[in-house]
Amino acid sequence: MGNQGKFKGLSRRRFIGTIGGGVIFVVGAWKLAPDLFSDHQGTPVKTGSDFEGQNVSVWVQIHEDDWITIYNPSSEMGQGSMTALAVIIAEELDADWSKVTVVQSPAEPDIYGVGWGGRGRGSMITVGSRTVMSYYTNLRQAGAQARFVLLHTAAERLGVPVNELSTEPNKVIHKASGRAMRYGELAKLVKPMNTVPEIPQEQLKHPKDFRLIGKFGHRFDVPSKCDGSAQYALDVQVPNMVYAIIARSPVYGAKPRLTNASQIRNTPGVVDIVELNHGIGLITETIELAINTQPKLQIEWSKGNTADNFNSVKAFESYPEEADKPISNGDVINALKSGVKSYKSDYKNDFVYHAQQEPMNAIVSFSEDGKSAEAWVGTQAPGSNRSAIANVLGIDASKVNFHRTYVGGGFGRKATSDWVTEAAHLAKAIRKPVKLLWTREDDLKYGMFRPQSLQRMEASVDSSNNIIGWKHIIVGTGDRLMGTGSATPYYAIPNQHIEVRNIDHGVRTKHWRAVGHGPNKFAIESFIDEIATDLSMDPLDFRLNLMKEFPRAQKVLKTVAEMADWNTPSPAGMAKGIAFAERSGSLSACVCELAVDRSNGRIIVHKIWATLDAGIVVQPDNAIAQMEGGILMGMSSVLKERVTFVDGMVEQSNFDDYQILRADEIPDVLEVKIIDSEERPTGIGESGVPIIGGAIANAFATLTGKRLKHIPFTPDKVKSALA
Amino acid sequence: MRSVTINVNGQRKTVNVDPMTPVLWVLRVYLGLTGTKYGCGKAICGSCTIHLNGTPIRACVTPVSACIGGEITTIEGLSENCDHPVQKAWIEAQVPQCGYCQSGQIMSAVSLLRNNANPNREEIKSYMSGNLCRCAAYMRIIKAVEIAAKES
Ligand code: FES
Ligand code: FES
Repeated sequence: MGNQGKFKGLSRRRFIGTIGGGVIFVVGAWKLAPDLFSDHQGTPVKTGSDFEGQNVSVWVQIHEDDWITIYNPSSEMGQGSMTALAVIIAEELDADWSKVTVVQSPAEPDIYGVGWGGRGRGSMITVGSRTVMSYYTNLRQAGAQARFVLLHTAAERLGVPVNELSTEPNKVIHKASGRAMRYGELAKLVKPMNTVPEIPQEQLKHPKDFRLIGKFGHRFDVPSKCDGSAQYALDVQVPNMVYAIIARSPVYGAKPRLTNASQIRNTPGVVDIVELNHGIGLITETIELAINTQPKLQIEWSKGNTADNFNSVKAFESYPEEADKPISNGDVINALKSGVKSYKSDYKNDFVYHAQQEPMNAIVSFSEDGKSAEAWVGTQAPGSNRSAIANVLGIDASKVNFHRTYVGGGFGRKATSDWVTEAAHLAKAIRKPVKLLWTREDDLKYGMFRPQSLQRMEASVDSSNNIIGWKHIIVGTGDRLMGTGSATPYYAIPNQHIEVRNIDHGVRTKHWRAVGHGPNKFAIESFIDEIATDLSMDPLDFRLNLMKEFPRAQKVLKTVAEMADWNTPSPAGMAKGIAFAERSGSLSACVCELAVDRSNGRIIVHKIWATLDAGIVVQPDNAIAQMEGGILMGMSSVLKERVTFVDGMVEQSNFDDYQILRADEIPDVLEVKIIDSEERPTGIGESGVPIIGGAIANAFATLTGKRLKHIPFTPDKVKSALA
Repeated sequence: MRSVTINVNGQRKTVNVDPMTPVLWVLRVYLGLTGTKYGCGKAICGSCTIHLNGTPIRACVTPVSACIGGEITTIEGLSENCDHPVQKAWIEAQVPQCGYCQSGQIMSAVSLLRNNANPNREEIKSYMSGNLCRCAAYMRIIKAVEIAAKES
């Protein structure tokens, strides 16, 4: 653990000394302060001068005692990218990792954002497993540029040409004279450089020379998450803070009318009631009062909302008709007709809830003079959150001092601004710091869900068992969210038609880890197995044949088959299933081995093997952890999770009626192998989710001869499939 | 409102609250011990697990009045330098992802090992099944408990 352990021994407010003229304090990253220059309560501490100019660059600050602070632009929500990004910089900087601390960068997308293609500036949103792959090029450059500044500073000091200098961890070396300077010594000599040239590719490290990238490394945030010191937004307390809870529309779109306002106002400790478009905000002196008073709000809700009569189970009945509607692509129509065999199969999936362990919450404070604001949020989208607050308050975004905290789970839910906007409205009404809490019930009842959908799959096969036509129609609510993962770029299939047909049920939907890849890959991988089985072909061979133009994909699949001993039959009462997926540029595959308890309809997953090709992997152990988590979270959604609506209202309310996977339901073995690669990095955080649905469904079909086609595979569905 | 005195991590603390207030909020808001988390408020998820007289309880449903006279231990009271054997095992196995559930996980693991120094796999799974982890870091939770059992 090196740096974290040592760092903790130092006093939390470390005096940095004079760098670039100013005296600054930096709060120990151990506590991960909400921003650079405030303590763990969020109270500003002394800053001698502005953030820029103190540093070797905007990414790197070097202290005289050789400690190096690296700024993290990404949201740390468990995926580990705050460590991975710092490792990328440290690698090219030639930093001594045991002396690196990582702190949150300010929420300044113009400085710390990244463009979608991974070049240039852009957004600070953390979504789509894109962080490492997007920042990889920029941050290698950032590290190399910081090293460039140190090299030039040393050249000037030592009076030697810069090309005679080299670096070792935290040192510049002049071999010819045997002299060396520590980075800490150089830090105080650094003159801020306005422009640093782009370091040419050939001067960056060759992957074989990496000391940090691709090596085992502990995550920076882990120790603070083992002693309770990691700070989440819900943990932040600021002086004069009041608490708020909102009673929101049970049916999306309904507007409130509070009928017992005076009774509530007269409750001791109630500070204010704020009427919002979609609910009633209750502001109180204590959090327990807010929780206790929320159920006492008597509210009449407006009718005439799209979702008023929405019944999610019933809605499925209308989907096949929509899926039946013809397509106009003549080639596909002909191909589907002209095969020697044709196939058609419907798959379904229910809504699922993010269930991130930390419910939505935020603190927003609006200044007395109405000119500035401050916010503390655990978020995936700091840039747009900041703008949203500014919009509500009618101020410029630059006047919002936005503090980012650790995120207690995001999974896509915290990549929007709805809850931050609410907090801003409350703060505007009261001009005091307001901490808005969503109870677990609020979080679920007013959730934004992965869409429910029907997947209509059709295919035809020629006399050589090649798929010659393919049609995939997705019907459901959630529009583009349903489309991701519907393409099959690694299967050579001609004559394809893929289409999303949206029916607006008027409910809230959102990206959920891997977005459409969960449902779509479940359907595709199940369907591929259905075809292979009918053709009496081994599902592995059948896929390898489809992938024959893509050796990289084949390797991912072959490797997992080897790990799982695919050709060796499972013990009696068990069977194996296989699946493949691509997500965020990465390739993954999975084999699972399961049994079924026919008495109670429970699927028991015994073993899971998985492979991942994600190009260069910066933090291999963390990549494995992400695969483990993604696979098990995916398994949770496949076996257990379901949100249902009746009369437009969510039926579930907490973890008792919305069950997620527990420790006693995990497999005995979950083995993940990362494929070695020198290709550019691709996404990891979501790659585990899409492969597990198909693997489970296929194993179940092999074991029982019956196919489960509607996730989640709850015991009642299993029992009726086997009846 | 009443003045209530409780013992937390070896210190006497007096707060002015409704005695029915869940001890979770007393710890988090009044005493600034924010390592104990709110996850469900209904004794379902385990994120708020603390020890009362050495026994794990759900702080979200335990009124502070029920803690008077007892000894409360929270994650902050487990060790000075994050070096309790269970914490060390948690770091070695790199368990936490988002980390939000982990205080509760660690407090449960500590009481498991206190009652059963050498639990087998099934006993660990079953005992730890009261603590939800949405990041599903379960493989490493189990592994860390096994490491801690071996070390202590
Ligand atoms: S918050 Fe207490 S058990 Fe979930
Ligand atoms: S680590 Fe995120 S909920 Fe357990």
